[in-house]
Amino acid sequence: MKHPVHFVDPVKKITEQEDKMPTREIAGATVDVNEEGYFTNPDQWTEAMAAVLAQEEEIGELTDGHRKVINFLRQDYKEKGVMPSIRRVKNAGGIPTKELYDLFPGGPLKKSSKIAGLPKPASCV
Amino acid sequence: MKRVLILGAGSAGTMMANHLVKKLDLGQWKITVVDQHKTHYYQPGFLFIPFGTYSKKDVCKDKAGFIPKKVEYIQQGIDVIKAEENTVLLEGGQRLDYDILIIATGAKIVPDEIEGLTDEGWMTDAFDFYTVEGALALAERLKTFEGGKLVVHLCEMPIKCPVAPLEFTLLADSYLRKRGIRDKTELIYISPLSEAFTKHNCSVVLGGMLTDKDIRFVSDYAVERVDGAAKKIISFDEREVDYDLLVSIPTNMGDAAIERSGLGDDLNFVPTHKHTLQSRAHENIFVIGDATDLPSSKAGSVAHFQADVLTENIQLYIDGKPLKEDFDGHANCFIESGNGKAFLIDFNYDLEPVQGTFPLPGIGPFSLLKETRINHWGKMAFRWIYWNLLLKARPMPGITTRMTTVGKKLPKATT
Repeated sequence: MKHPVHFVDPVKKITEQEDKMPTREIAGATVDVNEEGYFTNPDQWTEAMAAVLAQEEEIGELTDGHRKVINFLRQDYKEKGVMPSIRRVKNAGGIPTKELYDLFPGGPLKKSSKIAGLPKPASCV
Repeated sequence: MKRVLILGAGSAGTMMANHLVKKLDLGQWKITVVDQHKTHYYQPGFLFIPFGTYSKKDVCKDKAGFIPKKVEYIQQGIDVIKAEENTVLLEGGQRLDYDILIIATGAKIVPDEIEGLTDEGWMTDAFDFYTVEGALALAERLKTFEGGKLVVHLCEMPIKCPVAPLEFTLLADSYLRKRGIRDKTELIYISPLSEAFTKHNCSVVLGGMLTDKDIRFVSDYAVERVDGAAKKIISFDEREVDYDLLVSIPTNMGDAAIERSGLGDDLNFVPTHKHTLQSRAHENIFVIGDATDLPSSKAGSVAHFQADVLTENIQLYIDGKPLKEDFDGHANCFIESGNGKAFLIDFNYDLEPVQGTFPLPGIGPFSLLKETRINHWGKMAFRWIYWNLLLKARPMPGITTRMTTVGKKLPKATT
């Protein structure tokens, strides 16, 4: 192959559980995160952490609009056990997609889920 | 007399009918299949219609011909599934009581979900190829295409046959080169994904091909609307892409009957157990094929592997025994790459596509994650296998239900 190929270790997913998960310091506490910085334990999240994460994700200060999204994501994830899709955020959460993009530009679900202390939305099949 | 009712006579429903007729005690169990349509389409063939390789007759047969004689076949639309009453109401008013229900109602494109797509320009400048009508109309339009911006737009995931948009793009590149108008055409592939495909290892290879063939790849694109009059698509983050000819792969959803029945999620897919294929809501309802909400790909090969598992689990359920969690998300897909070549990928829930040979180690004859002519011949030969072996649940030697690592090049460090 002509291109430098950097394959993801395909069996990584199977052995992932055995590896020690990284942690980070945030808002005065230590939390478990994955290699991309997403919380692996949503219960460790606090609102103070959201403010820090929002700055890191270049969202700036969180408004009521942001908090509405974050609250819906956390509540829905707790209920369903999976991250909601943009469609579900619109239908069940009552947050139109355009609004979601205005609040969290540049990959709204990827950013909002990180700020909300939740797993990254599942990659599509 | 008890009944196993199968809703849908596409690939999955037809396979289940053919499996169960051989396995169930027909003195105690009646098998009934319901489908609204007369024609069974070989959907992998739609990809070849726009380029003139196949015509309509190459991809059609009567559904009835694939349903075993001992199975009751009703051609009628489904009105609603009343799960609490173990009954299905058909559009003609007929009521079918069941002891076991198998939902195999599939997935289809819903162009209306993309704002503006079906307004001005639909079927003149903007087409789908996921229906036979769309593919045929696109074939006519391509004949008169003399150059310009050809945009292939994957709107939203999940879709059935997730490789098809890329295949179309790569085949279009070959087609345009053969017609001598590739240099007059800007070929653009647009996707909501961050990379070329849903599997990273594949994306590296396929993304490289897009670059090599001078195909512009626009990623992370969430379409807000199509402006057919101005011939452009606009994303939620206000990126605009102009087109002269738009080939759209719109939102895929489960059947509307699923929504009417209150059994589906936001896309009308039915929540299903990942490994047993039992419905999460009702113990006597099972789901197979594109109708599920599983994170496995929506593909014929997946339905084939699911059918093996589901056939056994239906029998276990009837016998009151625990179900086997045997479905591992196994998928096996050819990816046409143009110029008479194709890739083959074989993967499951846990293992991403890797290199190797399939189905036999060393001998193959197919090569995994590699572009070969033999892979292309395999894809073309598959149509015969589909009509004559797959649909009729006849055995296919060498192909295992669960994905095997035999013949695959796995990384050295495995626990």
